[in-house]
Amino acid sequence: MAKIRGSIVVDIERCKGCEVCMVSCPTGTIAMAKEVNHKGYFYAFPANPDLCIGCANCAIVCPDGVITVYKTKI
Amino acid sequence: MSQATGIKEIIKPENLVYKKTKVMTGKVLSYCPGCGHGTTHRILAEVIDEEGLQSETIGVSPVGCSVLLYEFLDIDWQEAAHGRAPALATAIKRLLPEKFVFTYQGDGDLAAIGTAETIHACNRGENIMIIFINNGIYGMTGGQMAPTTLPGMKSSTSPYGRDVKMMGNPLKMTDIVATLPGTYYVTRQSVHTPANVKKAKKAIRKAVQYQKLNRGTCFIEIVSNCPSGWKMTPVESNKWMEANMFPYYPLGDLKVPAEENPQKQTNPEKND
Repeated sequence: MAKIRGSIVVDIERCKGCEVCMVSCPTGTIAMAKEVNHKGYFYAFPANPDLCIGCANCAIVCPDGVITVYKTKI
Repeated sequence: MSQATGIKEIIKPENLVYKKTKVMTGKVLSYCPGCGHGTTHRILAEVIDEEGLQSETIGVSPVGCSVLLYEFLDIDWQEAAHGRAPALATAIKRLLPEKFVFTYQGDGDLAAIGTAETIHACNRGENIMIIFINNGIYGMTGGQMAPTTLPGMKSSTSPYGRDVKMMGNPLKMTDIVATLPGTYYVTRQSVHTPANVKKAKKAIRKAVQYQKLNRGTCFIEIVSNCPSGWKMTPVESNKWMEANMFPYYPLGDLKVPAEENPQKQTNPEKND
């Protein structure tokens, strides 16, 4: 069976760290960083990138539209 | 293949499934973290992009948190005086009937100072789309009580909670305009989960298509959060909204075109 792999790219400097993406991720890919961006927000990043299935849930709910999603079958 | 190369292999233009639309200007949004305004802007921009209406759209921006909306969507804009967006949109649509015209208003703009304009525009059946963001509070000015504030809800001007005996009951603008014959499509949506965002986007797309039919006002209420005004984290505010706002402002279509679904018109259905 083909396995679906996804990947997200977060625009870290625009992220405001609201955590809405983290709770909407079905696989627990996203976590909040321990360090802050230039605006002082704890930004979201793909902490477990291997779990990503490219469902784009995080990107759909992101209020600031900072997430880009890629998906492929391998 | 190492894991790092694996990820890089996936990030290629041909594998792209979601990217911010070009109708968004790329400026950093002026909203607080987790605010539903940003999500609503994005789905509105996506619908305008997907329907190919970028050069045919004229938006009317309000006064409130979203006052700088004209900075964020790359379409034609007109800034309205406080609450007067539906009146201005009426003029624009009557002068340029081939354009797609919409207003975007918060609850302070639409349900407080602009109540008359909203009700009369809907009553005249102006062929415009009105997007109404309802977060139950005046967000921009510091979280004061709004007409839509829930009974018992604390705000900076009702620190012991809204007392309905003294301050009246919350105003359900969407239910009011749904009773007017001028409205064609009236719905209440939210944008706090992926499923709700998809439903809200579908509703906006429907309203855009109905405007081409020239049958009346399309009114979309988005029940939203105000993490700063409610003094909660964004995730907590979304949960609070589900527990408290949705029972009072139930999601779903309040008025759908009769020819599409006759039994639903008098029977508001919950779809959350």
